[in-house]
Amino acid sequence: MPGKSTAHTYPRHWKRPPLLLTHPFWRKVILLGGLVYLILAIQTIEVDWQRVYLGLERGWRFVQGFLVPDFTSRWNDIYAGLLESLTMTVTSTVAGILVSVPIGIGAARNLAPAPVYLACRGIITVSRSFQEVIIAILLVAMFGFGPFAGFLTLAFATIGFLSKLLAEEIEDCDRSQIEAVRATGASWWQVVNYAVQPQVMPRLVGLSLYRFDINFRESAVIGIVGAGGIGATLNTAIDRYEYDSAGAVLIIIIAIVLVVEYSSSYIRRWVQ
Amino acid sequence: MNHSSLNPQWHYRTPGQSLLRWLGWFWLVAFTVVCWQIMNENTIWAFVSDAPQQAADIGGRMFPPAWGYINNLWHPLWDTLNIATLGTLLGVLFAIPVAFMAATNTTPSVRFVRPLALLIIVSSRSINSLIWALLLVAIIGPGLLAGIVAIGLRSIGFVAKLLYEAIEEIDEKQVEAIRATGASGAQVIDYAVVPQILPAFWGISVFRWDINIRESTILGLVGAGGLGIQLNASLSTLAWNQVAMIFIVILGTVVISEWVSARVRQAVL
Repeated sequence: MPGKSTAHTYPRHWKRPPLLLTHPFWRKVILLGGLVYLILAIQTIEVDWQRVYLGLERGWRFVQGFLVPDFTSRWNDIYAGLLESLTMTVTSTVAGILVSVPIGIGAARNLAPAPVYLACRGIITVSRSFQEVIIAILLVAMFGFGPFAGFLTLAFATIGFLSKLLAEEIEDCDRSQIEAVRATGASWWQVVNYAVQPQVMPRLVGLSLYRFDINFRESAVIGIVGAGGIGATLNTAIDRYEYDSAGAVLIIIIAIVLVVEYSSSYIRRWVQ
Repeated sequence: MNHSSLNPQWHYRTPGQSLLRWLGWFWLVAFTVVCWQIMNENTIWAFVSDAPQQAADIGGRMFPPAWGYINNLWHPLWDTLNIATLGTLLGVLFAIPVAFMAATNTTPSVRFVRPLALLIIVSSRSINSLIWALLLVAIIGPGLLAGIVAIGLRSIGFVAKLLYEAIEEIDEKQVEAIRATGASGAQVIDYAVVPQILPAFWGISVFRWDINIRESTILGLVGAGGLGIQLNASLSTLAWNQVAMIFIVILGTVVISEWVSARVRQAVL
């Protein structure tokens, strides 16, 4: 072996340096802090193991209900909830888009004057900081139970999501095209129509489809607090311990989400 | 002297194309109107027109918020943080193997294992954590554990989806280089794949933690612990000034967690 006879011996072992938190002191502090937190946090969980044990039988029934779902005996309720959810999704997405396009344009720094910009950003922040369920609670209290409150909730949530992303897209627009159109003597409206709109349209279509997908998923949730839709059906099924009907509802939700997700990604590819 | 034949006007689309577009828009509008009609079949418009008064009434009751009520909220807030953090840990723990099974370049079998992993991701992603909590409260009883497991189950799909996309985008040359040294499969993953996806992994986990903080504030509505239990109690006693205080606490928590997650992601990425 010639390697052994040479003067320098290279180290036979190599230890990979840490990839994150390269400073040894801070690494120790953060690891220790994390450990202490974990111990404290885990201690706060009070588990009633007897209750869990009793629940296992129910859990097993639920798994069985999921594997052998019962679509027929509650079909009328499921159908009504599903119809509400789907119509709610369509109308709230359309209404949300209609409102969020002007707000999105207003929240783009390169198109809107400062006061309009601040007002639109304010609307977006308010809409984004509260969860759909909390908004739904308030709107149900104001507008009464049913899909109308759900429609308003989803439309409101859509505004925050879509306007923010649209505004960012407009701010990222190619400047030279805007300048070129402006140089022809175009008014502000014409600049928006001929320079900005063609650039952001594919993205707007994509985002709208994505939001449609989210709205359907959320429509299944806000029913729990009384805003109509398939969530109410699901809640009732679970409250009645009818796990086979609940399993059917969940399978329908998963299937529709799958269909919507695949078709929307197909349309997005076709548009872009 | 045919004017139009001398000065042909430029059109962006052929007549057929514009007709098709027009029809498309027409159907979209018609469809929306039909949906609107079906949705509002059972809407009681008296309640809707009454809404401004209701809003003013609730607003009046909310103000001023019950500032003193915050002393009852520290413990639920701590619970909420624990639900989010432990739930994220649980979700990430399960998401890592699922992500490696779902990525085409690391999956053991494209035909059998990958569809299973994708099915796990889809079912976890399409069901909101509130619905998971609803199920789990019925199964294992109300409390923090149900909330943690609900957040964990919902996080699996999210983290695994983003992580497997990151794994599929890695630079294959590094994998080949490590493999050329005679490394085993596990060593290839450890030395070639992991270093490439680690920044994305931390970014995704912190992002999900941020979302989970938001979601865990309301899980208590169905009995899964945290601030939501107080919210439910205040709502059912119509103590709107307490509700307002809880909203303020939720808003503060969300703002802080968003700031933390933005800072961590900046540091990592």
